Amino acid sequence: MRLPLSWLQEFVDITVPLEDLAQRLTDAGLEVTAIERTGDWQHIYVGQVVALQPHPNADRLHLATVDLGHRQLQVVCGAPNVALGQKVPLALEGAQIIDPQTGELVPVRRAVIRGVESAGMICSERELGISDDHSGIMVLPQDAPLGLPLSQYLGETVLELEVRPHRPDALSVLGVAREVAALTGQRVREPPVEYEEAGGPIKGRIALEIADPELCPRYVAGLVEGVRVGPSPSWMQNRLRAAGLRPINNVVDVTNYVMLEMGQPLHAFDLRKLMEQRIVVRRAAEGETLELLDGRLVTLTPEMLVIADAHRPVAVAGVMGGANSEVDPSTTAILLESANFHGPSIRRTSQLLKVRTEASLRFEKGLSRHLPLYAARRAMHLLLKLCGGQAAAGLLDVFPGKTKEQRITVSRRRLATVLGLDLPPAQVRQTLSSLGFSCRWMPPDTYVVRVPYWRSDVRIPEDVAEEVARILSYERLPTAPPRGAIPPAEPQPLREFRERARDALAAAGLQEVITYPLLDKDSLAQALSPGEMTTHPPLRVANPMSRELEYLRTTLRPGLLRVLARNLRVRPALPGFFEVGRVFLPRADDLPREVEMAAIVMGGVRRDRWGRPSDEPVDLFDLKGALEAALERLGIRARYRSTSHPVFLEGQTAAILVGEEVVGLLGLVHPRVASHFQVEGRAFLAELDLERLLPFAQTVRRYRPFSRFPPVREDLAIIVDETVPAQEAQAIIEDSPLVVAAQLFDVYTGPPVPPGKKSLAFAITYQSLDHTPTDEEVAAERARIVARLEGLLGAVLRG
Amino acid sequence: MSSLRELEEIESQARSALEAAEDEAQLDAWWQTFLGRKGRLTQVLRGLASLPLEERRLLGSRANRLKEELQAAYQERRQRLQEESLARALAASWVDVSLPGRPLPVGRLHPITQTLRDVLDCFRSLGFQVVEGPEVEWDYYNFEALLIPKDHPARDLWATLWIEYRRNGEMPMLLRTHTSPNQIRYMEAHSPPIRIVSPGKCYRYEATDPTHEWMLTQVEVLAVDEGLGMADLKGTLAEFARRIFGPQRRVRFRCEYYPFVEPGMDVLIDCFQCGGVGCRICGHTGWLEILGSGMVHPQILANVGYDPERYTGFAAGLGIERIAMIRYGIDDIRLFYQNDLRFLEQF
Repeated sequence: MRLPLSWLQEFVDITVPLEDLAQRLTDAGLEVTAIERTGDWQHIYVGQVVALQPHPNADRLHLATVDLGHRQLQVVCGAPNVALGQKVPLALEGAQIIDPQTGELVPVRRAVIRGVESAGMICSERELGISDDHSGIMVLPQDAPLGLPLSQYLGETVLELEVRPHRPDALSVLGVAREVAALTGQRVREPPVEYEEAGGPIKGRIALEIADPELCPRYVAGLVEGVRVGPSPSWMQNRLRAAGLRPINNVVDVTNYVMLEMGQPLHAFDLRKLMEQRIVVRRAAEGETLELLDGRLVTLTPEMLVIADAHRPVAVAGVMGGANSEVDPSTTAILLESANFHGPSIRRTSQLLKVRTEASLRFEKGLSRHLPLYAARRAMHLLLKLCGGQAAAGLLDVFPGKTKEQRITVSRRRLATVLGLDLPPAQVRQTLSSLGFSCRWMPPDTYVVRVPYWRSDVRIPEDVAEEVARILSYERLPTAPPRGAIPPAEPQPLREFRERARDALAAAGLQEVITYPLLDKDSLAQALSPGEMTTHPPLRVANPMSRELEYLRTTLRPGLLRVLARNLRVRPALPGFFEVGRVFLPRADDLPREVEMAAIVMGGVRRDRWGRPSDEPVDLFDLKGALEAALERLGIRARYRSTSHPVFLEGQTAAILVGEEVVGLLGLVHPRVASHFQVEGRAFLAELDLERLLPFAQTVRRYRPFSRFPPVREDLAIIVDETVPAQEAQAIIEDSPLVVAAQLFDVYTGPPVPPGKKSLAFAITYQSLDHTPTDEEVAAERARIVARLEGLLGAVLRG
Repeated sequence: MSSLRELEEIESQARSALEAAEDEAQLDAWWQTFLGRKGRLTQVLRGLASLPLEERRLLGSRANRLKEELQAAYQERRQRLQEESLARALAASWVDVSLPGRPLPVGRLHPITQTLRDVLDCFRSLGFQVVEGPEVEWDYYNFEALLIPKDHPARDLWATLWIEYRRNGEMPMLLRTHTSPNQIRYMEAHSPPIRIVSPGKCYRYEATDPTHEWMLTQVEVLAVDEGLGMADLKGTLAEFARRIFGPQRRVRFRCEYYPFVEPGMDVLIDCFQCGGVGCRICGHTGWLEILGSGMVHPQILANVGYDPERYTGFAAGLGIERIAMIRYGIDDIRLFYQNDLRFLEQF
């Protein structure tokens, strides 16, 4: 909300520097986001055009004589709207104005224009920075004082406030004045609300019916006849403008002015346009339509509350008036509405119609039901003053939702617990009454607090505690070191394992990344097999911010491939990247299953001894090396089984198994998929399902004794079919009770090994826990191993 | 035949030959020549026995003295040669120690992970336990149970991404906008006293710019016990700020509104960029908001079945991105999830 300072000062004296005041308001919960000084113009004055003649040398230009009170100056003016008698802003040499083309500040100089001297220039609103209007010069109200510096006439200091949704009372000058008064120890001056009721009684003239009291707890109506509609006085226009509202006419301006002043939205109807002079507050009938004041035609539903006359809606309640009952220049009688509406209903209506107005923004927050009468009186006071006419005697006040005054019982002990401070009752009472609360102290332990009508947000003892705390200042509340019993902790095995996995992956030389969980559908379809896509169709966001952020991921693959592609564009040699995060697998009529996954991506080339990119591309075994290092750190020994998957290239794809359970997948990403994600060169991906992996993680490790007897080491080379996995040969060798390790150290194909075969060489360590193996023992064990290799794998001992 | 003259001759030859010996082998040969079993001085000494007493005494003492002198000279020369050869070997093995080591890949955790862990460690050391909740939530937990019913204006504080799923004409599923639902979930399943921190990602319908990101990492703090008040809240959060940002940073508390706490409070820290003078980062206020907090609304305690007369609680929600920006001096929040290595490798 924009709050002109001069307006605020009408209700409360400002006794502290403005910056301090802004700080105190902010600390008390009423955030001042900016202090804006508008109209800091120099050498610009209010003048009057007292003579006007055509320029002798230019068709479109005029020579205007402008009176500044003590002197008259001649200026050249090209504006189409310049006219004799106008009050105008005149900029003299030394002034700075905004160049309407470039938007930059330029100095005003005396100049000779087409042979005639011009002492300055008459400015447009855009040149003054008031608005974007550059269609002509700005015409000031006729009562603008001649010769006054424009900064004194139009300049204003405006506080920009960000009011929280529970404080609609503070969306008003008076509401802020009350806060200022409480914070600075001042008193609020209430605005005058008396007016003369010269007309006959309103009762009998207007029929008023509330058909839905739940949505309209109160409706106050006033009647003024014989008004003259015209522009409102300049002081009112200036304030409305400074507050960000456009002046319309004196009647509408008064309703807006009182809304800004007191926080109660009002509406004025042209009485003659109300059929049968009847007001019915009811829900709209299905399909009823209404043309709004802004010209939009809206179709209404029974969810929406309308103000209707005898036959048709004339306004959407609390949102916007209808064109059919608008106050226009010929209006002579007006019906003033000052009502209270159900906040959630107004909010819903305004969202459905996509119309948010100053009125709806206030009503939706739940205004005080006691405000309408007070605001109606204030508006009647101003209407009679500014528009003339006669007020009917009395106001119609239908109040089906009458509520009791809010009283809250607060115990002193509770207050002391919450504040951490046992304040003396006199201080509590004084603090609360500065905000308009009344507070009765009932010893030994009770305050009875009466809430002022405008504070509909205060309902419970904690609300009262906050009032005391914020006026006292939160900074002054005591600070205690954390204390109390520490509750017992429950184990969180998955969370703990996930964090250990993160550490293990980073320790394996990989860089962690965090990517968005929302993706476009095509990327998901590219990175998943058709089977995966149908088993877990990704959830869609109903209101996506863009196509790229529309579907919830069911895989980490797209995010990582993008990270790889992005970084490869900068550097050809990269570390591997990993992400640990959730994927979202939908379930029928329930929240999705959120599965903790880990994935690694690698690509580009290796680094040489100097850390420079080499010409060796990264391969599957760089990826596997990192994965194995990470798994080893987690105490997991995995197996790899050749498999196929549409996203990966056949022949370089493996399922990752622990025991018999498939816990993940790794492989060379299919070039089609890699190029979809714009990866330069080859990409390798591995992924692990951490939940499936968890049962195999050795969270508690057990020591296994190692032998103190010397080992016997020997090499064994065998020839097998090329397709026999080395891992199987190794498993057979290590199955022997005398073998503690079999280390693969050579894989060879080519002569003299026959085509289609390969040679595998293992370094075998024989060792026993209780003695040194003898040559005979080792020989016997070797023979057994060779026999099993022959039998199970068709292996031949390489001679 | 032996004479003093012969000794003098041996001495001068031995000394010059010793001087000429350049290595171990030449030294050994010299020893053989002069002091070995068949060496020249040894032979002189052997020949003494055949000399008359007078001559034997004179020549003997001279020859023995010469033997000692040559032995000492030999030792000295030998030592010097060893030192010289060591020096030569050392000179040959000199390397440029400023050459780079053989590069190994250096793995790192994302700066958000690092900051999150530091924050969690801090609260863990204060007796808080870490628990988590789902990122896709029900409207009930994200809003309704936190006293933000449908059509409540406070819903504007959290621009929401909704999941396309309808039930009874409503859309009840969403991407959680904050970690506060975990308060409700935890309280529903546990009894006081409670002390938890609950980290996780949250999502908002928000255009990104240097200070706004639609994906956020939050940590929810919740404590419920008998007799807890604002002083405990302030004390806990001040301790947190001191540990994470250091004791020299200034901290401020001010009134703020969240529907699920009463009283509500924001915690601010002086701006890392301008030190409190005011700049673009802090919106020219000199202060950065690091968390929102307050006393748990008694209605919430009652709704989960606690006795609000007996128990009070405090809660806070911390933005990890904001905290990381302050710690590392990062002026653009979007850098976190662009995952550019030139950024990530700095942490």
